[in-house]
Amino acid sequence: MSVTVPRPKLNWRERLYLPAIVAGLAITFKHFKNMLLGRTKVTMQYPEQKWDSSLPDYYRGAPALVRDEDGRVRCVACQLCEFICPPRAIKIIPDEIPSNDRFAKVEKYPEEFDIDMIRCIFCGMCEEVCPEQAIFLRKDYAITGFTRAEMVHHKEKLLEIGGVMHGVVLKWNEKK
Amino acid sequence: MPDPVTPMFNVQIDGVWHQFPKGTRVIEACEQAGSYVPRYCYHKKLSSPGNCRMCLIEMGFPKLGPDRKPELGADGKPIINWMPRPQISCAQDVAEGMGVRTNSALVKECQRGVMEFLLINHPLDCPICDQAGECRLQEFSVDYGDSKSRFLENKVKKPKNVVLGPRVTLDDERCILCSRCIRFCHEIAHDDVLGFVDRGSYTVLTAHPGKRLENNYSLNTVDICPVGALTSTDFRFKMRVWFLKETKSICTSCATGCNTIIGTREDVIYRQTPRENDAVNSCWMCDYGRLNFYYLQSERRLLEPQIRSEGKLVAAHWPIAIAQAALQLKQFSGPEIAIVASGRMTNEELWLTLQLVKILGVELIDIVPRIGAGDDILLSTDRNPNTNGAHLILHLDSGPGASLPAIAEAVNSGRLKALLALGENPIRFGVTPEKLANLPAFVVLDILSNAATEHATIVLPACGFAEKRGSTVNGDGRLQRLNRAVRAPGEARDDWEILRDLLQALGGTDSLYSIEDVFRQMAEAVPQFAGLSLSKIGDLGIHVMEADECPPPPFDPEAADIEEAEAKRPPGR
Repeated sequence: MSVTVPRPKLNWRERLYLPAIVAGLAITFKHFKNMLLGRTKVTMQYPEQKWDSSLPDYYRGAPALVRDEDGRVRCVACQLCEFICPPRAIKIIPDEIPSNDRFAKVEKYPEEFDIDMIRCIFCGMCEEVCPEQAIFLRKDYAITGFTRAEMVHHKEKLLEIGGVMHGVVLKWNEKK
Repeated sequence: MPDPVTPMFNVQIDGVWHQFPKGTRVIEACEQAGSYVPRYCYHKKLSSPGNCRMCLIEMGFPKLGPDRKPELGADGKPIINWMPRPQISCAQDVAEGMGVRTNSALVKECQRGVMEFLLINHPLDCPICDQAGECRLQEFSVDYGDSKSRFLENKVKKPKNVVLGPRVTLDDERCILCSRCIRFCHEIAHDDVLGFVDRGSYTVLTAHPGKRLENNYSLNTVDICPVGALTSTDFRFKMRVWFLKETKSICTSCATGCNTIIGTREDVIYRQTPRENDAVNSCWMCDYGRLNFYYLQSERRLLEPQIRSEGKLVAAHWPIAIAQAALQLKQFSGPEIAIVASGRMTNEELWLTLQLVKILGVELIDIVPRIGAGDDILLSTDRNPNTNGAHLILHLDSGPGASLPAIAEAVNSGRLKALLALGENPIRFGVTPEKLANLPAFVVLDILSNAATEHATIVLPACGFAEKRGSTVNGDGRLQRLNRAVRAPGEARDDWEILRDLLQALGGTDSLYSIEDVFRQMAEAVPQFAGLSLSKIGDLGIHVMEADECPPPPFDPEAADIEEAEAKRPPGR
């Protein structure tokens, strides 16, 4: 079905054309004046200048694994993030924690945890779905690399980005 | 169709009258009527202890008048006197005029209460629990429970990570004391090792002191455990169940041919679980068959076709390998060639083997019998899944394995010039490795490399049971179907395709483009398969022959395949 869009009816002032030119030039001159007075404030000289300090707390940068105050990797390899991840960027190989380990009562940990940052779309679903408060989107945004392999964040890299998370639920401490 | 002599009872379920044969459990009747009643302890193949209380329903019986006849209501149906208290539906058979309510306010309140009690001491460790995703407690908690716990006190601590036996690990905190595993061991496995000790909320499941849950059916307790208390030590923490692609197939570790579901993800097999088929394996399968798939992921897998060139096996392309194999076999006349087929091959592969036998004029053809200790439950002494199929198709009238000594003798004496080994190792039945190495043509089609493949002139890598389609005839004469769960590794190809190509290279003119074509051609020649096709076999199989039509293979009590399978398992498991 075709839709006929009616041509707008212009009044005499719009048909005259000149007032629009004058209005546009007024804006140009305003910018020119601001530049002369040094009042420009929008352009930031990236990468020499960065806006990291003004990133909001809810900023969604690179996903990362965190440790808790005891130094335990909080992830228990439940693989819910792997399941929910829309671009399938996450790959986890779970394993059992050996019985002589400090955290043996947690039983399960990720032997491997890879996030392919070429695939990651920074949607934050992994953080939202995590039942262990173990994965968070941090403020790193400039993820670069020369090869595809470099763009895969392994467990060590993820823990490095993540660091220690304070004030999270410590439910495993009550386990036998 | 119920047996005509079985009386039928009229039962009212949720206001609708149905008919059920005498002896039907109320819980089953409700399910058949479309009103699923949640249950933990009840399992249709086990006895009903009625201890989980999850299947509570309201029940009533016809109101009897002074004449001891049911009083009829306005609709001409009996008026039901409802019992004031809820009843369990798993321990009661249907009776004439019985009324059942499965979703009344009282029933819902009962289900909510039972769920709350069950969750009081249950550790909410679903993120690490292997049962998560197929856990009845999770499912019924969503369907019938509350979203919040009112329980503020400390949960009871119980033993965790208890090794019950070589293949089963127990987490007592997760156990909801349904006793399914205890009843399974007692009633099905006939190995009464499990039981409850201690009282009240401190009751725990445990093995009898000094005994372990190590019978060959122990992993079935993991299947029937409605929660994550019993876990398979082999599958534990390997993969979450919601990632597993489920393929209906059959177990090929013995002639029983238990129906299975193969759980795979990205071409890796993680587990096999039994699939219900009352004509074959009920709901069970043995641990030996269940765990006998790791050889498909072995490092010894043959991954590419190889041709012997200047004393060494070198990789070759498929068309060249097939052409070479045909060339080598064609040099000799029929009496100089022998074919060793396998009872592990599917009917389709055996059919193509028969065509090879005909086109080459081969006289020496046999399969290798594979015998182990059996039991009265499921495990058969015949460890070949398709001995009956080989009998039907290859017509091994003097029994499987009868010609093997003749073949071994012919190779060892040098009379035989060419040997085609299809999935079998000739060294196992008495051919010496030196004589094998001297054969001018020794074509091997196999999955794994072994002592014999080293001496082959041509190696053709084939597919394992989970990597191909096909049909087998089990020990009871039931035609069943294999399905492809994973892709074959490397350049390994479907066995029937290899045999078809070899047949064509030898001058066979048949145009077979799919495995359905092979089955169709076979069904025209084998009377037992007449009128069937691969799709007509269905998921549960078709009975095609009587078991005693085929002479049983000789029994060798010293064979010990279970021990071999045990040794093959990964260390520490």
